[in-house]
Formats: sequence, structure tokens, C-alpha cells
Amino acid sequence: MSTGTLDRTAREAIASACADVHDPQPADHVDGVVPGLVARPADTAQVAEVLRAATAHGLSVVPRGRGTKMTWGTPPAGADVLLDVSALDQVLDHAAGDLIVATQAGARLRDVQDVVGRGGQRLVLDETVPGTSIGGLLATNTSGPRRVATGTARDLLIGITLVRADGVVAKAGGRVVKNVAGYDLGKLLIGSAGTLGVITDATFRLHPVPAAHRWVHAPCDDPAQAQRLAQAVVHGQAVPSAVEVGWAHGHGTVSVLLEGREDGVAGRTAMVRALLGETSTDADDAPGGGSTYPWELGATGDDRATALKLTFVLSGLADVLAAAGETGVALRGSAGAGVAYAAVPAGTPVEAVAATLARLREVCTRHGGSTVVVDAPAGVKAGVDVWGPIPALDLMRRVKDQFDPDHRLAPGRFVGGI
Amino acid sequence: MAAQESEVPATTPGIEAVAAVARRLLPEAGVITDRARLRTYECDGLAHYRVTPALVVVPEDAAQLAAVVRACAEHLVPYVARGSGTGLSGGALPHAEGVLIVTSRMRAITAMRPEDQRAVVEPGVINLDVTRAATPYGYYYAPDPSSQQICSIGGNVAENSGGAHCLKYGFTTNHVVGADFVTADGDTVALGGAAPDSPGYDLLGAVVGSEGTLGIVTSTTVRLVRLPEEVRTILVGFESTDQAGAATSAIISAGIVPAAIEMMDALAIEAAEAAVHCNYPDGAGAVLVIELDGASVEVEQEYAEVERLCAENGAFEQRLATDPVDRALIWKGRKSAFAAVGRISPDYIVQDGVIPRTALPQVLKAIADLSSSSGVRVANVFHAGDGNLHPLVLFDDAVEGAGEAAEKVSGAILDLCIEHGGSITGEHGVGMDKAKYMPRMYTDDDLDTMQMVRCAFDPDNISNPGKVFPTPRLCGEVPGRHKGAHPAQEAGLAEVF
Repeated sequence: MSTGTLDRTAREAIASACADVHDPQPADHVDGVVPGLVARPADTAQVAEVLRAATAHGLSVVPRGRGTKMTWGTPPAGADVLLDVSALDQVLDHAAGDLIVATQAGARLRDVQDVVGRGGQRLVLDETVPGTSIGGLLATNTSGPRRVATGTARDLLIGITLVRADGVVAKAGGRVVKNVAGYDLGKLLIGSAGTLGVITDATFRLHPVPAAHRWVHAPCDDPAQAQRLAQAVVHGQAVPSAVEVGWAHGHGTVSVLLEGREDGVAGRTAMVRALLGETSTDADDAPGGGSTYPWELGATGDDRATALKLTFVLSGLADVLAAAGETGVALRGSAGAGVAYAAVPAGTPVEAVAATLARLREVCTRHGGSTVVVDAPAGVKAGVDVWGPIPALDLMRRVKDQFDPDHRLAPGRFVGGI
Repeated sequence: MAAQESEVPATTPGIEAVAAVARRLLPEAGVITDRARLRTYECDGLAHYRVTPALVVVPEDAAQLAAVVRACAEHLVPYVARGSGTGLSGGALPHAEGVLIVTSRMRAITAMRPEDQRAVVEPGVINLDVTRAATPYGYYYAPDPSSQQICSIGGNVAENSGGAHCLKYGFTTNHVVGADFVTADGDTVALGGAAPDSPGYDLLGAVVGSEGTLGIVTSTTVRLVRLPEEVRTILVGFESTDQAGAATSAIISAGIVPAAIEMMDALAIEAAEAAVHCNYPDGAGAVLVIELDGASVEVEQEYAEVERLCAENGAFEQRLATDPVDRALIWKGRKSAFAAVGRISPDYIVQDGVIPRTALPQVLKAIADLSSSSGVRVANVFHAGDGNLHPLVLFDDAVEGAGEAAEKVSGAILDLCIEHGGSITGEHGVGMDKAKYMPRMYTDDDLDTMQMVRCAFDPDNISNPGKVFPTPRLCGEVPGRHKGAHPAQEAGLAEVF
């Protein structure tokens, strides 16, 4: 799929808005769609200029952070301009005494962690995709094991600067944790796949880096047992930072992360080992080599697995694991939060993927959640219902129409063709 | 500062049609048109604004509520939702030509699912009742506004009101995962769900804290939090707020995140003592109420460290609550502080602003300077851990000009908050009272962008109009371009501040 090239006038308009523009290279393709031009603005003002120029010339714009998840979602219907915010890479302010950090959207999560880590603090968001930017993390709403303790970006983001489709720059929230003045636009932008606006900077609340951590792992070989173990920990007094589950070929592991003071972690490790039984072990290392997803992140094209995100209430875990077992998919995720990821192997026929998806979607829906296709080869995305049923879709469309009436931003990348 | 009041218009277009729908669907007692009874609903917790609604309805369930909203939409009648009416920013102030929809009879906890850490509650459920229902299962509902014994969950959701435990556990928006929501068209849609991360835009995130301007929540799925293994509540006396502030900073800098750190100054202590005899330390210029919770081993260690840090920063008395009664008394002093101020001043304004916590010493000094230069007394009681101030500006309305002077000091305190990078409200909301301050905190472009959300949800501007935003943009307008007078202003629908 290709959107073709930009006409000369439009190209000149974008080039005058932003000094750094270039023709697309293969690495700039967006899930098979070839952009007309790549613009790499230097700051928020240039992002606004690019969007104003795009509006004036009727161009579609797909935002990009560090490009680590460009095949996620559905392919864009157009990408006249690929708006690359990677030059906005500065960590703007670490106010350690106030436990906050302000950072530009193109900064990598790990760079932010380096800066705040020097002050003994951390942004409690797991880097589930290596190299991810803050903007990309927000646009895709990724989260990892530690969401059990402090939630997701939704719970930590306290302020944003965004550029609207018409090029107007707006702020919402601020620099204090507690602020209820006006609408919480940050929440609307999180997980919106770049369809409502381009985030150029973000402010988060931080937490102290714990002095110690320990993982406790317990093998289990039936879904009901996995649920029992997870529930024992969740409803106990161990205050876990993560309760993970890995499942493949009918058996798996429940893993619990304990973080805090040295003595406290030691005590709670013993507490969790007692809960999980004699076969449990403890170690410094995360399960699965620390990877959150059961698929190969580096795979491209049709070599990609079909990557699924499953959500469910905590008591649905056993049924979800059983369904994963029936359909033969590997599954990994947060048993303590009700979020898991599954991978249907690359090369699986579309009909079989659709059947697996339907089965998992049925069980997740029954347990209050959903199943969405995070990433998949083009043929699979075209042949299955990527998002599944979306309640309140009409309201979502009305929000999109307000923010981006011409549907210029990341068109078609999101639910319901938004 | 006399109460502001408006009369009910002789004829209110559409209201009879809405009343007819309500009479058909609701029990007789649920439709109020008698003027004397309407007046009992003329204000919320902010009593100096008073507006008598044209009609009050008290639905018993979501279907009745949605039908009333649908009738309002059909006849373009404005409506305002109200829970227990405890709000302090006039968020539930009625509309003179509109319907006040009171949710106090929708009071069922419809599901308690500790195994999923969820409860499903109707909007009229009292905040503390969720915790009471969850406690036997080892759980509680973390957001705890000071009014938690009487405020409703619907109001908490509308205002995103948090309370003392926000510091560690986040505020209402972090604890609401799903809702049944009646749009301004009267349609009912599901937002979020019992499981996390519903696909699509996080509309629920926009609705929580939108102060009833986007629609009405008729059922809320909330997150329950495990009761901690151990809780320690410590009352610490200092000679000055500077010392108490320094101790707070030292605790946070040591990497400790207590469940709560609350501060009261001498005047607030005096008021609390007069009202509830909470036995706070004699002669204290400031007290901190510090609560630590979690696993016993860690709480024990943190307690030792907190005790040391407080002593190093000048604490002259530290008292650990030894039993639940003692603990409750410490909290009673703190949570009754607002009402208690009535014992030492005939009238007062409860202000609500936020600053970055590190700015506390400068801001408290500036408030003291404001107080001494104006002669207006200010009592300070606040959430020190997260910088959420609640200055209580005291005055006597019987003294000419005193109300205006208090208003001036109150506004100047908000300016201080904005100057220091903070917010004009941390939990009470903008409502009617602070709409005029919004442009001091946000630019026209920021406010226009927020208005896009309202236009998506409520294009006819019938859901709690006149709140939060000083000059609502008409939804057909192109944003970001301001020429001449605002159409709403010209039509007499809005005032430009």
C-alpha cells in the first residue's frame, strides 16, 4: 500500500514549516504505507507549523516517536506527512522534591529513567518495547508488570502539551499531582494512537526507587491452580509490585515481584513463598527474561506473530488460561491486573487466527474485558475484527470530529475506522 | 457577602413538558414543583450562591433518570445533577430555568466483588458506605474526601474529589474503572468496564472530574484496595508551620510515601479543639497528621524514620495512636476542621488550591503576609504531602466590606497557587465559583480545546451549563478565533470575565 508522493506546493509548505524534511526510507513506512514526506520538527512551534501547513494543503499526518510500534493498530488510510518527534528529545525538568518530571515526547523512556534515577526516583512505567519514546508509550498506552503497584500512564501523567490537528498548541493539567481544574485531556490522548493530537511534552509523577527487590516464581500446571495462587497473593498482605503469569502448552508460572526496604522485601518474600507453596523459588530476575510480550518484537512483515491484548477481571484468569491452552497460544501478562498478551504464531492461516481470536474474545468479554489485535501481518489485520466491539463508539467519533474534523491525523489507525 | 439569588421565571419554556414526562414515570414524591420545596434545593455546600430550580426530580433508577434527560434534550431544557449537595464550588448550583436531577434515591451497592477488587455502586451511595460494605472482605475504597460520611460517589466522580489518602493512592479518577453514563441526548452508554484498558478513547477519564458538564453517571464500577496489614497514625506537634513543612519535605526526600500527611496551623487547631476537643498538642503552631500503612515490617521501619525526621525538624511532641479510638480522634480533628471554623468565625470561605509541595514555605509566608496586610484572618488546613491547600478565610458578614475583603484575599491566594505552578483547585472543583479564574490558569487555546470535549458530549450546552468555563464557546464556532463580543454574551447567556 502506498499513498504516493506529495505535490510540489505541499512539499514546499512542509519544508518551510520545518527545516528537517526528507523523502521516506523503508524504515519510515507505516505498517506498509509509504509516507509522502518525513518531517522532523525541532520543537513544539515547528510541530504546530507542520500541522498548520498540512491543514492548509489538505494533507494527512501520522505522528511517530521512536518508531518502535509503527505496525500496531490498523494501517493508516493516508500518510502524506510522517511527523517524527524524535528531535524533541529533552528531559525538561526533574523536580525531585516535588516527585515530578517534565519531558519532551520524543525522549526515550530509558533516558527519562536515567535522569530521574540519579535522584533516586523512577517513573513507574515498564519499558515493554525497547527504545520506546514517551510519546509513543502514551499513544499506545503500553504498560508492564508494575502496573499492579502504581497503575499505568493514565495514573501517572499529570500534564501535557498537545498540538491539535489545526496547529493550535494547548496545555492541560499541569505540574502538580492534584489538579482538577478543567477537563483531563491527558486521559483522552492516552492510547489514542495519534488520532486526536500530537503530544509534544508530558509531565509525570514519580516514585522513589525501592532499595531492594525480589521475584518469587511458582510453577503450576493447571489454570485453576494458577488462579488460586494469583488470588492468594493479590488478596494477601504482601503488597506486590507485580503478579505475572506465563502460560504455554498447558502449564506455566506465577511470578510475584516484591519491592521496598531490604528487611521488608525479605519478610514479604517469605510470606509469598509460603502462599505459593513448596515448589516456589525466589530470584533477582524477572520471568521470561524480563520480556512482557510472548512474541518476537523484532519480527517484520509476515514473519510477525499475531499479537493480542486480553483484559479480564481477576477471577477470570483460570478461564482465560484454559482458553489459551485450547487454542494453543502462548500467553504472558499481569495476573494481578487482569491484562495479558497472547501470540498466535506467524504463518497461521487467517481463518485459524480468527477462530482463536473469537474464542479468546468470548472468554474475555464474559469476564468483563476485551481482546484486541495489537499487531499482525497485513493479511491477518485485513481478515479479522482487530478491535472487537467498542461501546460508546458514537461518542468517540464525535470527539474525533471535534478535535480533527477533517480526519487528518493518523486516519484509520484506531477503533471504528477513526 | 450577601447570598446571590435569582427568581424563577414565570414561564420556563419546555419545563412543563419535562415535568409531564417525570410525573408519568416517577413516583409523586419524586417530582417537586412546589416553590417552597424547590427552595430547599437552591444551593449546594457553597451557600452564598442560591438559585431556585424550575423543577426538581428525584429518580429511583437509571431508566427514570435517562428519560428525564431525554425530555430535557428534546425541549432544550438545561439540567444539573446533584448528589448529596456537599460540593464547595457551586458545581451543583441549580439552573433557574432548568431541572435539578437529584440522585439521592439511587443508593444501591449493586455488586461487591472482592475477588475482582471491584464494587458497582449507584451515584447516590455515600462514599464511606462503600468502605463499610467492603471492609468485611478485607477491602476499602481509597478516595476519602473530608465529607466522606455524607458525600455521594456521584459527586466524587463529578468533582474528582480525593481526600487525605490521594498522596499514596491517587484520587477518584484512579479508582473509577467503569460507568454507565447518560449522555446529554439521554442515551445510556458504557464507559470503561470492570476490566482495565477498554479499547477506544478513554472517555471515562474525561468524564471523571468534568463536574456534570458532559452528562450523568448512573452506575460506577470502582476499584477496591486491600486493607493494609498495619496502619500507624501519628500526631506531631511543631512550633511553626515552617518546621512542619521542613519535616514533610524530609519525609518525602527520604523516599517514604505515607498514606497521608496533613497539616493544620494554630488557627485551624484552635477551631478543631473548640468543636471536637481532639486534644491536639498544647501550644502547637502547627501539627502534622501522618499516616503510614502497608506491610508491618516496613511500617515499623518507616515509623522509626519518620519519628527521627520529625524530631530533627523541631517536633516537640509525637503521639502514636494506640488504638482505633485514638486514631479516629486524631482524624476527627482534621476532618472536622472546615466545619469547626464556624466556632471561631461567623463566616468563612473554604479555599482550595494546589502548589508544588516544595513551594509550601514561600506560599504559607505569602498567605501570612496577605493576612496581616489585609487584616483578614486565614486558617490553614491542608494536604501537605501533595501541596493541596485549604486556606479558610475568616470574616464577619455583619461588618461592612468584610466579605469583599475576604473574597479579595481568597482570590489572591489562588493567584499565588498559579504563580507557583499550581492549580486553582485540587479536589473541590471549579464549578460556578471559580470559572472566572480558569483564564488565569489556562490560555484561550487551552480552554477552547477543553470546549471541544464538551461540544462532542453536549453540543446544545444543556448539561450543567455555566459551570467550569467562564465563556462557553458555541459548538458551531471555529475554535481559536475571537472577534468582538462572544455570541453567548450578546445573547445574555454568559458573562465575560
